[in-house]
Amino acid sequence: MEYTLYILLLPLLSFLILALTGMKWTHRAAGLFATGLLAVAALLSWTAVADYLALAPDATGVRPELLPFCFEWLPFGHGLGINLGLLIDAPSVLMLGVISTVSLMVHIYSLGYMKGERGFQRYYAFLGLFSFAMMGLVVAPGVFQMYLFWELVGVSSYLLIGFYYTRPAAIAASKKAFIVTRFADLGFLIGILIYGYYLGTFDFRPDPAALAAGGMMLPWALGLMFVGGAGKSAMLPLHIWLPDAMEGPTPVSALIHAATMVVAGVYQVARLFPLFVTYAPEVLHAIAWVGALTALYAAIVACVQTDIKRVLAFSTISQIGFMMVALGVCTSTDPHTGGLGYMASLFHLTTHALFKALLFLGAGSVIHAVHSNEMSAMGRLAGRMPLTHITFLIACLAIAGIPPFSGFFSKDEILTACFRYSPTIGWTMTGIAALTAFYMFRLYCRIFWGKASQETEHAHESPAVMTLPLLILAALTCVMGWVPFGTFISADGTPYEIHLDMQVALTSIAFAVVAIALALTFYLNGHSTVPTRIEKACPKLHQAAYRRFYFDEMWQFVTHRIIFGCLSTPIAWFDRHVIDRFMDFMAWSANAAGEELQPLQNGRVQTYMILFLGGIVALTIILLLAAEGMF
Amino acid sequence: MNIATLLHMQPEVMLACFIIILLFADLTIRQPNHRILQLITIGLLLVHLATNLTLSEETLFGGMYHSSPMSSAVKSILTIGTLLVVLQAGPWIRLSDNNHKAGEFYILVFTTLLGMFFMTSAGHFLMFYVGLEMASIPMACLIAFDKYRAGSAEAGMKFILSAMFSSALMLFGISLLYGTVGTLYFSDMPEHIVGSPLQMGALVFFFAGLGFKLSLVPFHAWTPDTYQGAPTTVGGYLSVVSKGAAAFALVNILLRVFGPMAENWELLLSVVIVLTITVGNLMALHQQNMKRFMAYSSISQAGYILLAILAGATGTAALTYYILAYMAANLAVFCVINEIEQHTGGHVDRDDYRALYTTNPRLTLVLTLALFSLAGIPPFAGFFSKFFVFAAAAREGHWIVTFLALINTVISLYYYLLVVRAMYIDPSDNPAPTFRTGRLGQLTLVVCLIAIVALGLVSPIYETLCQAAMLTFGAN
Repeated sequence: MEYTLYILLLPLLSFLILALTGMKWTHRAAGLFATGLLAVAALLSWTAVADYLALAPDATGVRPELLPFCFEWLPFGHGLGINLGLLIDAPSVLMLGVISTVSLMVHIYSLGYMKGERGFQRYYAFLGLFSFAMMGLVVAPGVFQMYLFWELVGVSSYLLIGFYYTRPAAIAASKKAFIVTRFADLGFLIGILIYGYYLGTFDFRPDPAALAAGGMMLPWALGLMFVGGAGKSAMLPLHIWLPDAMEGPTPVSALIHAATMVVAGVYQVARLFPLFVTYAPEVLHAIAWVGALTALYAAIVACVQTDIKRVLAFSTISQIGFMMVALGVCTSTDPHTGGLGYMASLFHLTTHALFKALLFLGAGSVIHAVHSNEMSAMGRLAGRMPLTHITFLIACLAIAGIPPFSGFFSKDEILTACFRYSPTIGWTMTGIAALTAFYMFRLYCRIFWGKASQETEHAHESPAVMTLPLLILAALTCVMGWVPFGTFISADGTPYEIHLDMQVALTSIAFAVVAIALALTFYLNGHSTVPTRIEKACPKLHQAAYRRFYFDEMWQFVTHRIIFGCLSTPIAWFDRHVIDRFMDFMAWSANAAGEELQPLQNGRVQTYMILFLGGIVALTIILLLAAEGMF
Repeated sequence: MNIATLLHMQPEVMLACFIIILLFADLTIRQPNHRILQLITIGLLLVHLATNLTLSEETLFGGMYHSSPMSSAVKSILTIGTLLVVLQAGPWIRLSDNNHKAGEFYILVFTTLLGMFFMTSAGHFLMFYVGLEMASIPMACLIAFDKYRAGSAEAGMKFILSAMFSSALMLFGISLLYGTVGTLYFSDMPEHIVGSPLQMGALVFFFAGLGFKLSLVPFHAWTPDTYQGAPTTVGGYLSVVSKGAAAFALVNILLRVFGPMAENWELLLSVVIVLTITVGNLMALHQQNMKRFMAYSSISQAGYILLAILAGATGTAALTYYILAYMAANLAVFCVINEIEQHTGGHVDRDDYRALYTTNPRLTLVLTLALFSLAGIPPFAGFFSKFFVFAAAAREGHWIVTFLALINTVISLYYYLLVVRAMYIDPSDNPAPTFRTGRLGQLTLVVCLIAIVALGLVSPIYETLCQAAMLTFGAN
C-alpha cells in the first residue's frame, strides 16, 4: 500500500504549484488542474479502502495495521522522537475515503460556485493545502504528527474563512476561528508533552511497560488533548468560532466546517480510544456530558436562527455533539457490550460528512441563486430549483433520522449505545434528535416552500457542474446506511453485525415524525401564526436563543474586561517602561562599546601582533591561576 | 608498505593528481582558457566528491596519517565548499587582469585544499604543521591575487606576516609539548599529558596558532583587513573552507591529544568564545563595507563553531552540521557580494545596497534568506545548526557560555537585518542597476538556497553526521 503516500502528495503538489505560479494560470486551467489532481488522489483513496478491506483478517477477525511509510524525523534522545509516516488501519483508511470524496465534490462544485471570483487560483491552492493537511492528520502514526497537521488544517481553515479578505466580517471571523482554536490547542500541546514525557513515545500505541509506569498521568494528558479536540470540534464553550466561520465561501464551509476538519476532535478521541477507555474512563464520560450539553444547546439555538448557513453551522455543532456522546458512553472495547459507541460514532461521522456536505452545497446552490443567506429572501424555490430541492430534502430526511436514509442507521446506533450506558442520556439524545428533525424541516420549508420573496423571482437552477456533486452525494446518502459498517470498524477490530434495536428505532422514528409534522404545519404554507405566537409568549427565551445564549458576549467580557483590562494593562505598562527601557539601554551600550572598540583595529600589523602575544600571555596566566585554584 | 596502503589516503592522492592535471591543462590549452579551466576544475571536484567516502578507520605511515569516518565527512564538506567557491569565481576571474592566470587560481585553491586535508587527517604534529603551512602559504598568494590592486597586495602582506607570526608561536608550543612528552605522535601523547604548567603553556601557544586560522579574538585582528582587501571569492573561501578545516583539526587534537587536560582547555575555550562572539558582534555593528562586515560576522560565527568544540565529543556532529549550514549561507552572501561588486564596478558598501529590491528582487531574496540563516531565524538551516550547538553545549553543562552566546545572537540579528533593511526599506536615488547573474553563479545560489532551506528540514543529514561522529569519537 505504498501508493497511499501519493494520496497526500498530490494535493500538496496542487497547492505548491498553484501557490507559486497560480497567477499565471487562467481560472479554468487552475481549477481543472487542481480538480484533476484531487480526482487522482480520490481514486487512490478508494483503491486504498478496497485494498485494505481485501486484506485477510486474522483468526479473531482483526485486520492488521500497516505502516507503509515511516521515518524518525526529529529524535530528542532517550528513545523519544517524532515519527512522520502513514498509519493505515480501518479508521484512517475510512477517513481518507471520506475526506477525498467530499474534497473532490467540493473541488468540482467550486468550479461553478466560485466562477469569476477574484483569487480563484488562490482558492484552489488553499483547498489543496487543506486536503493535504487533513489527510496527513488522519494517517498520523503518532500524536505529534497529528498535532503538526492539526495546526496546518487550522491555518488553511483560517486562510479560507478569510478568503474574501476585503470584507471586515470575514477577517474578524478568520481571526476568531484561528485564535479560539489555537487557544484550545495549547491544551493539546501540553497534553502531548505530558504524554511523551511519561510514556516515552508519541505513538498511539505505547509500550505496555511504559503504560504501567506512566499510566497514572494519562488522564491528565488525555483530558488536555481533548481540550484541543473540543476547540477544533466546536464543543461548548469553545464553539463560538464555528458559526462565524460561515463567512467563508460556502463550499469551504461544506468541506472544512461541516464534513472534515470539525470532526478532527472526534477522530482524535477515537484514535486514542483504547487509552481513554482503559486508563481514563472518567474523562471519557465527561466527554459524553460535554457532547450532550453541546448537542442540546446547538439544537435549541438552531431553531431560531434566520441565516441558513448559521442554522447548518449549529446543526453541525449539535451533530458533532452526538458523535462525542457516542464515544463518551463507551465502557469497554468490546462492541457487543460497552464498545458499541465507538463504531456508532465513526459511522455517524461518515454519514454526517456526506449528508452535511450535501446540505451545505445545497445551501450554496440556493445562495448562488438568490444572493443572500437570509431565510426571508427565500421561499417557494422547490419548483425553480428541482434538483437542489430534491437532494436537499434527501439530506434533511437523513439528518432527521428517517429510514432508509443513512442518518437513521448511524443515529440509531448512537441512541442504542446511549441507552445502554444510561437512560438519561438516551432520552436526552432522543429529544435532541427530535429537535434536529424540527429545525431542519423549518429550514427546508422556509427555503423551498412558504412565502415567496422578491429575490426568488429570478432564481433558477444552478449549472450542472454544481448539481452533479449534489446528485452524487445524495445517492451516497441513500445507500450509505446499508453498508455493514460494523464488520469493518469496531472498537477492538473484531467484526460486529449491526442489528437494529427495534424499541429504540421505533421511538426515535416516532419522535422525528412528530417533529417533522410540527415543522410542516408551522412553516409549509407560510401562513401559520403559531411560531410568532410562541415567540411573543416567551420573548426573553427567544431572544436569548437567537443571541446564542450570550456565549460570545461572555467571552468578550472575559477577554476584554478581565484579561485585557485587569491583567494586560499593568503588564503592558511594565513592558513599556521597565523591559523596553532596559532593552534600549542594552542596545545603547552595545552600540557604544562597538564605537569604543574601533581604535583597536588601526590597520597596523605590529599592533595586531602585540594583541596576539598579549592574548596568549593573558590566557596562559588565566589557565595557570585556575589550575592553582585561584578562581 | 605497498601501493595498496596508499589507496587509504585516496582523497589526498587524488587531489595531488588533480593539481598535476590542472597544470598540464593550463599549459596546453590556448589562452584565454579561464572558462574551460573552470569547467575542468568543477568536473574534477565532482569526481572527487563522488569517490571520497570511506567509512573505515585507517592509520598509515606508522601513525603519521589517520583517516576516520568523520574526517572523510569533513573532507566531503570542504570539497563541497570549494566547489561552491569555484562555481562563483567566474565573474571575477574573467576580468582582464586575471583571466590569463586562471590556472594559477585553481591550482592554488587545490593546493590549499590539499593542505587542509592533511591537517584534518594528521596523526603527528609535524604532519599537521606541514598541512597547516601548505594551507596558508598558497592562501597568501590567493589573497594577493589582484596584485595590481593595492588593497589586495596589502591584505596578502598582512596575512602572510600574521600567519608566520602565529606559526612561529605555534611551533614554540609544539616544542614545549615535545619537551614534556618526548613524542609528536597524537596517539602516544595522552598518557603523558598531566596538565603541568609547561603543558598548559604549550596548549595555549598551540591553540593560538589555530585560533589565528579560525580568527578567534584576540588572534583575529588580521581578519577584517584581509577580507576587505582580498578578492571577494577568496574571502568566501577563507571564511568557510579554511575555517572548517581549522575547526575540525582543533577538535581532533583537543580530543585526541589534550583529552586529559579537558578541564584546562574548556576554560580556555570558554573565555575565548565569549570574547570572540562579543567582540565580533560589537565590531560588526558599525561596519559600512560589506566585506569587512562579513569579516566580523565570520569572527562571531567562529565563536559559535568553538562553542560546538567546547562540547567535546558530544558536539562533533553539531560542529560539522554548523559548518555545513554556515557554509551554505556564507557562500551565498559572498556570491551575491561578488556579483554586485563585479556588475557595479566595485561597489561593496552597504549604502550601495539600498533599494536593491527594486532592481534585483531575486538576488535580494537570496541574500535576505542567507542572512536570516546566518542570524539563526527558523526554519532555515542556521537556526537548527545554532540549536544543535547550544543543545550540545548545554548538555555538557556549559550554561554560562551558552547563555552569553544566546544573548549575542540578538545583537547579530540586528546587524544582519540592517542589510536587509537597506535592501528593502531604505530609499535610494540610484540603486544598483539591474543585471543578470551568470549561469554558474545562479547555480551556486540555487544550491546554497536549497541547502539553507533543506538542511534544517531533512533530518537524515544530521543523523548521518551523528553516526559518523559516533564511529569516530564513540559519542553521540
